[in-house]
Amino acid sequence: MKHFTKLFTDLDQTTKTLGKIKALVEYFEKASDQDKLWAIALLSHRRPKRTVNASYLAQWANELSGLPDWLFYESHHVVGDLAETITLMLPAEFEESNYSLTYWIDFIKALEPLEVHQKKEKILWAWSQLNETERFVFNKLITGSFRIGVSQQLMVKALAKYANVKENIIAHRLMGNWSPDINTFQDLLFADEGTDFSKPYPFYLAYALEDEISSLGDPEDWIAERKWDGIRGQVIVRNGQLFVWSRGEELVTDKYPEYHVMLSLLPEGTVLDGEILPFKDDKPLTFNHLQTRIGRKTISQKLLKDVPVSFITYDVLEWQGQDIRTCKFEDRRKLLEEICSKESTVLRLSPRVMFNTWEQLAEERARSRDFLSEGIMLKRKDSIYRNGRRRGDWWKWKIDPLTVDAVLIYAMRGNGRRANLYTDYTFAVWDGDQLVPFAKAYSGLTDEEIRQVDRWVKVNTVERFGPVRSVKPELVFEIAFEGINKSSRHKSGIALRFPRMARWRKDKLAKEANTLSDLNALLKITENT
Amino acid sequence: MDLLQFTDKGIYCAQAGVYLDPWKPVEKAIISHGHSDHAYFGHKYYLSTSIAMPVIKHRLYLQDNIETLNYGEIININGVNFSFHPAGHIPGSAQIRVEFKGEVWVFSGDYKLQDDGISTPFEPVKCHTFITESTFGLPIYKWKPQQEVFTEINQWWLKNKAEGKASLIAGYTLGKSQRILKNVDPSIGKIFTHGAVDTINEVMRKQGIDLPEAPRITNEVSKDDLKGALIICPPSAVGSPWVRRFLPYSLGIASGWMRLRGTRRRRGADRGFVLSDHVDWDDLNTAIKETGAQRVYVTHGYSELFAQWLNEQGVEAHEVKTKYEGELGEMAETASTENEDGTKNDTTTTQP
Ligand SMILES: [Zn+2]
Ligand SMILES: [Zn+2]
Repeated sequence: MKHFTKLFTDLDQTTKTLGKIKALVEYFEKASDQDKLWAIALLSHRRPKRTVNASYLAQWANELSGLPDWLFYESHHVVGDLAETITLMLPAEFEESNYSLTYWIDFIKALEPLEVHQKKEKILWAWSQLNETERFVFNKLITGSFRIGVSQQLMVKALAKYANVKENIIAHRLMGNWSPDINTFQDLLFADEGTDFSKPYPFYLAYALEDEISSLGDPEDWIAERKWDGIRGQVIVRNGQLFVWSRGEELVTDKYPEYHVMLSLLPEGTVLDGEILPFKDDKPLTFNHLQTRIGRKTISQKLLKDVPVSFITYDVLEWQGQDIRTCKFEDRRKLLEEICSKESTVLRLSPRVMFNTWEQLAEERARSRDFLSEGIMLKRKDSIYRNGRRRGDWWKWKIDPLTVDAVLIYAMRGNGRRANLYTDYTFAVWDGDQLVPFAKAYSGLTDEEIRQVDRWVKVNTVERFGPVRSVKPELVFEIAFEGINKSSRHKSGIALRFPRMARWRKDKLAKEANTLSDLNALLKITENT
Repeated sequence: MDLLQFTDKGIYCAQAGVYLDPWKPVEKAIISHGHSDHAYFGHKYYLSTSIAMPVIKHRLYLQDNIETLNYGEIININGVNFSFHPAGHIPGSAQIRVEFKGEVWVFSGDYKLQDDGISTPFEPVKCHTFITESTFGLPIYKWKPQQEVFTEINQWWLKNKAEGKASLIAGYTLGKSQRILKNVDPSIGKIFTHGAVDTINEVMRKQGIDLPEAPRITNEVSKDDLKGALIICPPSAVGSPWVRRFLPYSLGIASGWMRLRGTRRRRGADRGFVLSDHVDWDDLNTAIKETGAQRVYVTHGYSELFAQWLNEQGVEAHEVKTKYEGELGEMAETASTENEDGTKNDTTTTQP
């Protein structure tokens, strides 16, 4: 655990890419193969299953600290992270030990069948064997919240450097269905291609366009498509089998039974990139509809009928078993159009948006909401399909968000990085002379504005409920959001997608804020079904 | 009537007509220490410890309207005895003891129990009523012994030096910066300071406080000199164009808030050193016990929570609202009171 904790600390202590790669390579050089494999798994979000309920961990840590529960609760609120709070609350004493990372992972896995009191005994022992930083890593592992600032790209770079294998090969191998329980480190890095048919390619992700559209140069060099509001996915047909991957690197084949027809639509050795999107009567449905399918374990016939899902494809990455990502996008697109020439309600080609000038494209973009689309995707005709998020060849040109002016009514202390400030706000709009809460937002203000609001909240508190304060309804903020939907779970009857504070409207009085009927009007415009 | 009252101008002693650390202009102010949330502009008459005086005088442009007492010395104002006692927070910082007809109140100002090697160490003072800060009044805040923290800082500096980098360490201009300067290992390499830090250092050197040599950064300092050097600067300098000249560098921040991973990451530092001039949870509880006070008022920090905790421990405690900005504390400092060249600007600052 000492090596891994050092790796964790090193990664945590540098914001620079080169520093992170160096730390990873140093770790790979020191750690055993099994530990390396686990480290890679953990850093690519493959965590061991949770075997102890987090609230037990909090309870036991608190018992050890000898402090009242509420103090633990308040501390947790300030810290934001449970594993970290437990670590900070535990008594400092420990015995120096040096078990391996794999030892502790096996230890955590072995807890599963035990009774609660046996688990407790084991956990208390574990805490007694670890110093503060090791405890933190252990607590992160056991609460299943191990996350650290290492992108897949960075990991690929480090492994490529350590193992002296090409980056794109490593990137491909790291994806797909592997687990430290089944595979060995040697498998992962040095195995022959083709053993895992399900393996997807790393997704190429676009940056948002921030400059003027004209900065992209000649419109002739670009292909435009609509940007769909679904889930990014990859459809793979290999070895006579279908695999569907979502961008979160999750195998979701079983969630979309309608995709089964792909096996007859696509030939062996095909990989398509596109969007998983609910589609009915030749029109896309909202993301809200898709959400009704995401969470379900089993998909009922009724749901299949109400929310049928299509795959809107916009790229082909593998054809006849060949990786064609280095072909020009223009050529891949031509091939894709041929592949999709057969009409199907499940496999649809994302249509090209034709334009000659940037002005024309801007007009098309302005019509995005008519297509339930989030804006325009721009892809350079001669671009190859790259790994991860890269600048230059692919851009998303999103439509401006919807906005509404709302009144701040509750404030809650932030957590994590904003632990000591009131940073999480609830906003309301008018319904007659009542203020109805309709959105929570915690991003969009500058640090200085946050401090000002924090100070204001402290002197304008009306009531307190634990970490939440209700405040005088005086401050008005412009709330921007990406979408609006009906919701029976909210008092206001609506739910926003990605609400955030666009501006602090110091120029407005509370009574000038928008009303619930304004929001309902927006709902009508955007629902469009 | 209580001997001390909490008013909208500050803590007030009506019997003597005197305020403690007032934040609005008053006739007579007794000042615990020179941090700007305690020592405000515009009072007619100031009283501080003799050690704190030069910095306060410098920061507030005072002429002869400040008088001083040594620690333990008593001044009687209309029958009330006032005296200063070491608070261990920064050089010259004091707790203020107020006694009238046998009743004793102590206002802690800001304080810590750890001996930092530069401030007169904290001394507990018996009292009936104790007004305490609670900047770090939650059990998650625990400090390591100072020596361990400086070992970390020295090792970080050595490593950076070996990699050909400068080590930029940010700490509050008054107090933290001098504590760092006094306790790092000067044999590792050259030490430089930001102008705002150097100005305070000069004031302190003049009054006889012994600080290692640490020239201020000017355009004359060569790039070669900076390689492998330690540069002490205020948090506000981080992120300003001023720091570019040190590239490549590693950035460390020294503050109690660095105890939380979230704050550490938010500040974009390579290293966070948990080094605070305030009491941690354990020391806060120890200090209160040692005063023997029957009643405690809790100011800046987690005052509401800490007061609740004390009440559950059987100590009568109340939360008091003041303008001491402990909760935002050191990390919220937006701009230095002094520019690089030592001149002052009037951006409002929030300081511990
Ligand atoms: Zn203070
Ligand atoms: Zn202070």
